[in-house]
Amino acid sequence: MKISEHWLRELVDPQLTTAELSDLLTFGGVEVEAVDPAAPPFDRVVVAEVLSVEKHPQADRLNVCQVNAGTAPLNIVCGAPNVRVGMRVPAALVGACLPGMEIKLAKVRGIESQGMLCSARELGLSESAEGLLELPATATLGMSVRDLLDLDDQVLTTKPTPNRGDCLSVLGMAREVAALSGATLKWTTPAAVQPQIEDRIGISVEAPADCPRYGVRILRGVNAKAATPEWMRRRLARSGIRPISAVVDVTNYVLLEMGQPLHAFDAAQVADGICVRRARDREELKLLNGTVLPLNPGYLVIADASRPLALAGIMGGEDSGVTTETRGVILESAFFMPEVIAGKTRELGFGSDSAYRFERGVDFAGTRDAMERATQLILQICGGQAGPVVEVTGKLPARQPVKLRLPRARRILGFSVEAAAAMAILERLGCRPVLVGDTVEVAPPSYRFFIAIVEYLIEELARVTGYDRIPAEAPLARADMLPATEAQRDAVAARHTLATLDFQEIITYSFVDRSWEEDFCANADPVALANPIASQMSVMRSSLIGGLMHAVAFNASRKQPRVRLFEIGRCFINAPDYPQPWRVGAVAYGDAHSQQWGMAARAVDFFDLKADLEALLVPAIATFVPAVHPALHPGKSARIILEGRDIGWIGELHPRWQRKYDLPTVPVVFEVELGAVEKRLLPASEEVPKFPAMRRDLAAEFEENVRFGDISAELRRAGPAILRDVTVFDLYRGEGVQKGKKSLAFSVLLQDTQKTLTDVEAEKAMSELRQILQEKFNAKLR
Amino acid sequence: MQELDKLVAEAMALFDGIDNADALEQAKARYVGKSGALTELLKGLGKLPVSERPAAGARINVAKQQLEEALHARREFIAARALEVKLAGESIDVSLPGRGRGMGGLHPVSRTMERIEQLFRSIGFEVADGPEIETDFYNFTALNQPENHPARSMHDTFYLADGKHLLRTHTSPIQIRYMERKQPPIRIIAPGRVYRVDSDATHSPMFHQVEGLWIDDSVSFANLKGVLVDFFQRFFENPDLQLRFRPSFFPFTEPSAEIDMSFGDGWLEVGGCGMVHPNVLRNVGIDSEGYQGFAFGLGPDRLTMLRYGVNDLRLFYENDLRFLKQFA
Repeated sequence: MKISEHWLRELVDPQLTTAELSDLLTFGGVEVEAVDPAAPPFDRVVVAEVLSVEKHPQADRLNVCQVNAGTAPLNIVCGAPNVRVGMRVPAALVGACLPGMEIKLAKVRGIESQGMLCSARELGLSESAEGLLELPATATLGMSVRDLLDLDDQVLTTKPTPNRGDCLSVLGMAREVAALSGATLKWTTPAAVQPQIEDRIGISVEAPADCPRYGVRILRGVNAKAATPEWMRRRLARSGIRPISAVVDVTNYVLLEMGQPLHAFDAAQVADGICVRRARDREELKLLNGTVLPLNPGYLVIADASRPLALAGIMGGEDSGVTTETRGVILESAFFMPEVIAGKTRELGFGSDSAYRFERGVDFAGTRDAMERATQLILQICGGQAGPVVEVTGKLPARQPVKLRLPRARRILGFSVEAAAAMAILERLGCRPVLVGDTVEVAPPSYRFFIAIVEYLIEELARVTGYDRIPAEAPLARADMLPATEAQRDAVAARHTLATLDFQEIITYSFVDRSWEEDFCANADPVALANPIASQMSVMRSSLIGGLMHAVAFNASRKQPRVRLFEIGRCFINAPDYPQPWRVGAVAYGDAHSQQWGMAARAVDFFDLKADLEALLVPAIATFVPAVHPALHPGKSARIILEGRDIGWIGELHPRWQRKYDLPTVPVVFEVELGAVEKRLLPASEEVPKFPAMRRDLAAEFEENVRFGDISAELRRAGPAILRDVTVFDLYRGEGVQKGKKSLAFSVLLQDTQKTLTDVEAEKAMSELRQILQEKFNAKLR
Repeated sequence: MQELDKLVAEAMALFDGIDNADALEQAKARYVGKSGALTELLKGLGKLPVSERPAAGARINVAKQQLEEALHARREFIAARALEVKLAGESIDVSLPGRGRGMGGLHPVSRTMERIEQLFRSIGFEVADGPEIETDFYNFTALNQPENHPARSMHDTFYLADGKHLLRTHTSPIQIRYMERKQPPIRIIAPGRVYRVDSDATHSPMFHQVEGLWIDDSVSFANLKGVLVDFFQRFFENPDLQLRFRPSFFPFTEPSAEIDMSFGDGWLEVGGCGMVHPNVLRNVGIDSEGYQGFAFGLGPDRLTMLRYGVNDLRLFYENDLRFLKQFA
């Protein structure tokens, strides 16, 4: 909310500079976001009356004016089309500094100009230039225009938190300043206007729970065309409210001043009294902003006998609003329950100053005062006669007394507020405290919502005392150790391992383009957002692969020849209760190693990445089973199995996506459950064998479709007990090997834990192994 | 016997001039070989009178000894020189880069989160986690924000198409989920991703938060200040760093404060905090008379920007390697 500092100081004037006042509020809990001058700096601009206007002899568009600026008449050349004899305008005297301009004694086309007559734009008061700024005819000649227009004012932009609806008015801010500073509040409750006519408007409140207080009064003989006084227009403008017409301006002014939203109906448009009720289905209402709103019983409306007239507490209807032709005004001042208004502006997609206040809580004890204040102002500006106030009051919100035990406050704050200080603070906050022993009994004022429990009062004590006076103290706690589960490493460990394995961590958005889900996961039904910020962020990812590939493509297009990335994050599954598994994914693209001397360059492949994954899983050993995944090359992809469970996927990107995402070489990617990576077996030590091991080699030709994993598993299962390890050290195709076949060379480690092996025993074991290869895998031994 | 001294001197001079092992052995033969000069002298001893033989023999042997030592020294010298020459030929360009695998790195925000976890673990905080797709109940209602509470408009929320779930707007729901399972004393921090409908140079629709919660029988607002001041000074490794607590409003804490950190000549907002609202404790079945405590929420993205001098939040989510590599 924006308010004029001078207006605020009319109500409370602590001996503080603007900056001090702003800090007082900010550190008292009502943040002042900005302090801006009401007008840019300028000086030596005074009120002048135009005495005569004559055409400039040398220039058609210029006039030579004689003006009275409170001293001897001045000759000023002026180009404004609206200049006329008798008007009062700002005159910048010789030596004046205007925004971006200095006024000197100068000859304009041969005629000396002793200053300049100014438009609002030239003074920096407005963006548009509509000729000279016309000042009131009563303005004192020679008076500084800054004083006349109160331009040395500052505009405070405050940002009261949602619990401080009471600070959304000048009066509310003044109360706050008075409470925080101890200065006196200068506010007199508006006196009741004696009715001059007997007209009464009938009210029926059919929704008393939504509207515990509703008051109206009719004003007849109002001249709605009357001009709004300069001072009121100025204050409205400084609060960012555009002056419209006198009656509307008065309602807005009282809203700003007292925080009570008011509404003015054109009495001629209201038939047979007013009803406050829930809207009916299929009713509609054209609002003041032009929206035609289809209504339903979720809305509270103000209606007459035939139709809804206004959306209660939010916005008036266009048909029943006051216009400059209006002669009879029905003025409404009501209290609508916050619950009825809250959330409605989000639903509607637009708000209003009125709704903003009602949903935060308006002072229900102040509706009558605001009505009287507005009545006075309308009668004063537009004339007319006021009828009596007709008011219906139901069950207003209760303000239960709260008991604040001071020891409790000390326990919560860790700081002691003395009873006398607490009493003084609560007194200043209008809480009427009574001290009984170490307990203060408090009756919160009607304008304070959100103050119903002890903790709020404790906060009031703390903020008025000043948070800076509460000491910063390290807490005392039992020195219990945290558990340290060795069979579990955390994501931090996985991160560091992957970084050590030459992967750079990235963080990608959890919401992705729908096409990524379709391409990489064949997922036609991902978790979708109702209100995405953009279409490329409209669904939740079910896999990390899309984000990784997108980041590869992004960096590849920035001439990065080698990209190795990983991400750890949640994925989102469209199933009951939305499972959100943590996953770890990595991608390698480009050369296996960075370009370097002494190593031949080669592209990264499946087995490079597999080694990285195996290193990440150490000491667990996963198995890899060929399987088809929508993102991956069908012949170069595998499921990853650990302890009998699927934990993820590894493979080369499908060439289709490589083309679509415009990647010069093919990336290899894996994605596994983070939980599987985090698990770690506790080591269980075995005795180191005392007897020497023997190493033997074994080579054979196999059909292409025979897999090493199957051979190795079968040898271990069916081979001799002394077989300790079998590894593959060569894979060969080509000369010497039958076409369509491959040659594998194994290194076999044999060891007996009980004795030293003899050559005979070793040879016997090898022949068993050879036999398995021949019988189970149709191998041709070499 | 002047002849002998001359012979020794001559031989030693000869040896010292020789640079290769073969030539040295040949030169050796000239003096101590089968027909070498000293050997000949020894052979000539028989011609001397018996009385002179022992003394002459002894002198010749001393001379022989001298020559052997000189030869040994020269051999060592030649071998050392040869090794030197050989090694000199083997020298490598040590300035060439090392070979093999490179190193990757962590995302800067991960670095920050890790540091935060480390610091809070050191005073006994456990790390907690919770889902990112949340229900209205955990994100708002249980945190004392019933439907249509005006504070809900402080967060622009992403909703799922089902109308019932949302993307958590803060890490605070983790508090609730944790307290539902455990009774005090509770000391946790909960880092994670959060989401709000907002996007510009200082706002990302997805960003990070770290939630902190300490519930015990007498943890106070003064303690909250103490822990946060300690944390910020340790995190930025600056014992002069100042914090400022500004009264604010969060529905789930009371009293509440915004946290400002001194930075350059001014102040920057770095988080929010407060004493846990008794309604929140009651919502999870904790006795709000017996227990009390504080909660805070910090922005790791912001802290990362301040710590490393990053000026645009969006860089964190663009994943440009040229940017990320700086944090290896």
